[in-house]
Amino acid sequence: MEEPEVERRCIEIIARSKLLPLEAVTRDKTFDELSMDSLDKINISFEVEEVFAITIPDESLSSLRTVGDVIDGVLRLRQPSHPEPLPAP
Amino acid sequence: MKRVVITGLGCLTPIGATVPEFRDSLFEGRTGIGPIGLLPEAIDGSNGIRFSQMAAIADFDPDQHFSSGVITATNPTAQYAIVAARQAAKQANLMSHHASEDIAIILGCSTGGRSSEEVETAKLYYRNARVHPLTVTRTMASAGASHVSIDLGITGPVLAITTACASATHAIGLAFQMVRSGAVTAAITGGHEAPLTFGFLRAWDSIRVVSPTSCRPFAKDRDGMTLGEGAAMFVLETLDSALARNAQIFGEIVGFGMSADATHITQPQSAGAARAMRKALADANAFPEEVGYINAHGTGTQANDQVEAAAIHETFGPLGSTIPVSSTKGLHGHSMGATGAVEALATILALKEQDLPANAGITSAEQVDPTLNLDIILGEPRVADSDKPIALSNSLAFGGLNAVLAFRHYIP
Repeated sequence: MEEPEVERRCIEIIARSKLLPLEAVTRDKTFDELSMDSLDKINISFEVEEVFAITIPDESLSSLRTVGDVIDGVLRLRQPSHPEPLPAP
Repeated sequence: MKRVVITGLGCLTPIGATVPEFRDSLFEGRTGIGPIGLLPEAIDGSNGIRFSQMAAIADFDPDQHFSSGVITATNPTAQYAIVAARQAAKQANLMSHHASEDIAIILGCSTGGRSSEEVETAKLYYRNARVHPLTVTRTMASAGASHVSIDLGITGPVLAITTACASATHAIGLAFQMVRSGAVTAAITGGHEAPLTFGFLRAWDSIRVVSPTSCRPFAKDRDGMTLGEGAAMFVLETLDSALARNAQIFGEIVGFGMSADATHITQPQSAGAARAMRKALADANAFPEEVGYINAHGTGTQANDQVEAAAIHETFGPLGSTIPVSSTKGLHGHSMGATGAVEALATILALKEQDLPANAGITSAEQVDPTLNLDIILGEPRVADSDKPIALSNSLAFGGLNAVLAFRHYIP
């Protein structure tokens, strides 16, 4: 999935969850501006994990502040920086 | 109004299967928290849970307590309730001194027969298997209260209270009010819970408030709660009744306060908790200066401990930073609907022995979160101040439901 598609899907998840129009959810919007509380954050993170088949570590979750943070986090987590080592014989 | 005293104690917890065992663990700081181990439902050897610890009851064997018929009919949550209630009733010699129709049973239980629900649902959904005919009666949240009434032959008012993590505290408070008002002459009350199922652990894992390390209430680096299970039960009756029959008195309940935040399903508010504490003190006709101990809800999550500290300051003003506070959840874990009863037991023992249990999980002042500005009891138990005979036990539940009990050191 390319970056624009990741961005579109993340915005869709947040907009649907908060019953907002798509155009209201932009990269620069903070969670506070979207009236997202801690439970919204957990809920949306769960959706994102399901859709992109990723696991967001606790320490990353606590640092999320904006829509852009979510998108960038997904892009980072879905591309492992180190390839999986081959099993040793 | 009548004075209400406690004449029977019972428990089955991760730190003791009897009250003497619980007492020793409480004052010696022996924790019941340990590794989850391999859950039977885990797939491919992995349980998929981010945390690795819980507080489970070790070596509980239903065969030692029940007939095969009772074992078939009950979930462990009801079994825990019966075992603890039997201890309390026996100690108080309850049934010899009160008519069965004049005794109430009011128990807190949040999750009901969770394991029975999960096992039967999994069989149904994945194998289209038949559902066991006792699933309904094993899983209803009132099953524990009913089984205690059947076991002891109690025919007065019997009910279960379910207010998440405040269930047992609400139950004890309502039982206290019923005995005080004369609606019944005695009550068995407390809480019970057996929530450590695969589905429940995974559900809590998803909320990300369970500690990946271990529960450390009021610590600077606290990172969540540790789930637990168990039961604690009490016999309540009037002081006149207890004195007339020369019963042993373990403590006195003097006040009960409750409130709702009415704001958020998971985010607690200090105003609601403070209101419940103030109501408990007013109900007890006690002055803030008389409070010598607070057994905090103290889950070890960032949000609870910060909000509870703020509530203590809102309630007590400048005194807030001087009242000894501890959370005992680092020993027995957070047993949901039972936890208020387990902590009430710790509070009753603290007043009885005039020894205040230490806050479990941290031992030095450097580890305490200084922003909370509380007098946390660290390391060893602290000798109580006999001029301050009141202790509070706080329960602050998901859903913004707050319940606070006030106890007074009973001096014969």
